[in-house]
Amino acid sequence: MNNALQISWLIPILPLIGFLINGLGRKQLSKSASGFLGSAVVLASFCLSLWVFFQVLSGNTGTVQYFDFIHVGKLNIPFGFKIDQLSALFLLIITGIGFLIHVYSISYMHEESSADFAKYFSFMNLFVFSMLLLVMAENYVVMYIGWEGVGICSYFLIGYWFKNKDYTDAGKKAFIMNRIGDLGFLLAAFWFIAKTGSVSFDKVLTPEAVKLLSNFDITAITLLLLVGATGKSAQIPLFTWLPDAMAGPTPVSALIHAATMVTAGVYMIARTNLLYSLSPISQSVVAIVGLVTAVLAATIALKQNDIKKVLAYSTVSQLGYMFLALGVGAYTGAIFHVMTHAFFKALLFLGAGSVIHAMSGQQDMRYMGGLKKNMPITHITFLLACFAIAGIPPFSGFFSKDEILAAAFSRSPILWVVGVLTAVMTAFYMFRLYAMTFRGNFRGTTEQEHHLHESPSAMTVPLIILAILSVVGGFVGIPEVFTANGHQLNNFLEPVFRESNKILAVHPLSHTTEYTLMAVSVVGALIGLWVAWRKFSAYQISTAPETGLGKILANKWYVDELYNAVITRPMHAFGDFLGNVVDKKGIDGIVNGIGKFVNYGSRQVRWLQSGQVGAYILLMVLGILGLFIIQLFL
Amino acid sequence: MDIKAYIALSLILFCTGIVGVLVRRNAIIIFMCIELMLNSVNLLLVAFSKMHAVSAAAKASSTFAADAQIFVFFIMVVAAAEVSVGLAIIVMLYRNTHSIDINFLNRLKN
Amino acid sequence: MSIISILFYFLSFLAVGSAIMMLISKNPIHSILWLIVIFFAISGHYVLMNAQFLAIVNIIVYAGAIMVLFLFVVMLMNLNAETEPVKNHRLQLIGVVSGGLLLLVLLSAVMKTKANLPVQMVVGEEGLIQNLGKTLFTYYVVPFELSSILFLSAMVGAVVISKKD
Repeated sequence: MNNALQISWLIPILPLIGFLINGLGRKQLSKSASGFLGSAVVLASFCLSLWVFFQVLSGNTGTVQYFDFIHVGKLNIPFGFKIDQLSALFLLIITGIGFLIHVYSISYMHEESSADFAKYFSFMNLFVFSMLLLVMAENYVVMYIGWEGVGICSYFLIGYWFKNKDYTDAGKKAFIMNRIGDLGFLLAAFWFIAKTGSVSFDKVLTPEAVKLLSNFDITAITLLLLVGATGKSAQIPLFTWLPDAMAGPTPVSALIHAATMVTAGVYMIARTNLLYSLSPISQSVVAIVGLVTAVLAATIALKQNDIKKVLAYSTVSQLGYMFLALGVGAYTGAIFHVMTHAFFKALLFLGAGSVIHAMSGQQDMRYMGGLKKNMPITHITFLLACFAIAGIPPFSGFFSKDEILAAAFSRSPILWVVGVLTAVMTAFYMFRLYAMTFRGNFRGTTEQEHHLHESPSAMTVPLIILAILSVVGGFVGIPEVFTANGHQLNNFLEPVFRESNKILAVHPLSHTTEYTLMAVSVVGALIGLWVAWRKFSAYQISTAPETGLGKILANKWYVDELYNAVITRPMHAFGDFLGNVVDKKGIDGIVNGIGKFVNYGSRQVRWLQSGQVGAYILLMVLGILGLFIIQLFL
Repeated sequence: MDIKAYIALSLILFCTGIVGVLVRRNAIIIFMCIELMLNSVNLLLVAFSKMHAVSAAAKASSTFAADAQIFVFFIMVVAAAEVSVGLAIIVMLYRNTHSIDINFLNRLKN
Repeated sequence: MSIISILFYFLSFLAVGSAIMMLISKNPIHSILWLIVIFFAISGHYVLMNAQFLAIVNIIVYAGAIMVLFLFVVMLMNLNAETEPVKNHRLQLIGVVSGGLLLLVLLSAVMKTKANLPVQMVVGEEGLIQNLGKTLFTYYVVPFELSSILFLSAMVGAVVISKKD
């Protein structure tokens, strides 16, 4: 059965080869060569992924093992890939969107020097490799390799323009935040090893193996994994790195910080669904973390003026949705939203990149406006993406968001209410973004106005493809209320979540309720849309400072400042204390004290070494006297 | 006479020599004090020799008691050699420093 | 008190007194003369113990050769009382005290021992020239020859050192 899947090692290895060639030959390769190579390997991976997907669709799933990665005592960690419905789906998303973004990048990055250009593609390929390793991994350790790999690639690519210190700082912030989360992941893996002696999914995530774990173990492991997921997927409390990560090139933001890497946490939790289903506490924590993140990020997005920052907070908010879905047990819904979100958020970022490209690097929406007539393709695709993310039927975002909200409602109406509120805010800020960018009058400099142009086809074609996907992507998951057995994705993923679905009691909602819920969320989204459209279509730059709540939102709830005050400053103070007091006074004091003592002592006993023969003889006599006293009397 | 009396006499002479070495700075006097110490040891050796002359072991061996006196003889030999070299050194020293104060010999300090 | 005891104590006091005089006299010539007195006293002890050979050798070698050499050197250098530099009194005191302590320690250790054998006085043939000579030229002939080499080397050394270069 595994023979056909055995070849799946080619999927991650191709981008790795691309990385090596591009990375090692970056001085030699021309731009077109490295761009072509970088894209071609991902395209090849995509084709292979497609083949694997059809294999899986025909029921050929399984685990392929290549060699022993770690073999110590009783612990045996093989290096292998798990090919099932979940990983096959992610493979398609990663390689498919990855390919489109690679193509887009060829045009977007053409102003870079050829060495930097090749460097960019080598990092992108390395990222794709790591991400593929992450989703294909057969156990938590191999997954962790990919997990770390995407983290380091994210760091490289955020700090791609490393001559700007703010950008490298943003890279460092992302890396450190990720590291904090990674520790949780690592501890969870150790916990698995300690309790079950294995980290392979096939061995630890079965109903039999789970019996080895106590309730406490399950809760602890799942919460530790959640810590890892919050780091990678930018959830509270580790979400602040993602908005700063917008320092990287826009295609990077689209690929890493919207479509793929940030969904790694969702993937990991979905992969571990059985344990989460067994631990109601962890589930609640996941749901609450997701919901709070969704609301918080959405409110911040309302007041941001940087086009990429809005999208970044929107990403955080949508990731919050996915966590909410995971928390309420709607694993399929979460994966569904990952997929649709990957489509429309990649599209939004690439569209934003197109806009920034046309605006010669300007990212502030206040100085845009009226781009509709200059950039028709970007405009249309962006508008479609906004509809999708706002959850307007029949665009893809509607289906996935609706599924999540319905699942939330069946868990608790409060979750649903907050979710809808977030959806309304999402519609509002997305259309604020749209209106400020594409409608009204142009507010930038005349120089920029003359420069305005539609992007070249290498950029617009990916936009069009993604726009089509954003529009129709939702039809793989049509809810039961519309057509019986319409939820193809659910049927497809059913084997992965079968055990969980047995555990979690499903409360099917009545059709009336479901229609009502849908209607409420759609109407809410439409109201948000309409308000934003009205308010910002004729936006004029206002210099009045923000007041009240607006100021708090514009400053992102002061979360960075809070972290600064609560963690960074005390750490700095502690470091200063260690540096100035413990090190200088204590350790240096001991070291210098020893030196001083020896110095002082030497000076005191120096008179012994007077050089006077008489003194030496005297000392000798005294020594003999002492010896005699000891020998004869003691 | 008892052996203790001889031991006491030797010790007194020996310690006088030591005090002389410690107290005087004239190299020749110090040298003389060393000769005094050697002589006190010689005296003690002869006394021990005569103490053992009446013992049973001395009856069995013809050289038993004489050994110590032979040693005294050798000590005198060594002392004579030492004195010749030592006085040569002192003469050399005096020629270089125009003094025989041993405190001038503080080169060991460096 | 027998004549032997009287002679013993007389020679002992002579030796100790001369030693002290040797120490405290400022003039090196006087010190040398006092040392010669000590040697004579010790030779007297040897005679008292019937070590005739050593008594003669002591006088010939020490009082004769060595002390003449000393006198010769002192007179050659024209040393007198004024050349003796002033010594640090504190160091002097320490020297006397430590020497006295050493004496005290050793004496008390000797006096504490119970064993106390008599020394054969006046009689006994070990110290006669005949016996010693026999022993020296039979059992100790190798060291005796070696000592001549020692003398030779000392002589060469003395010549080399004191040679004006």
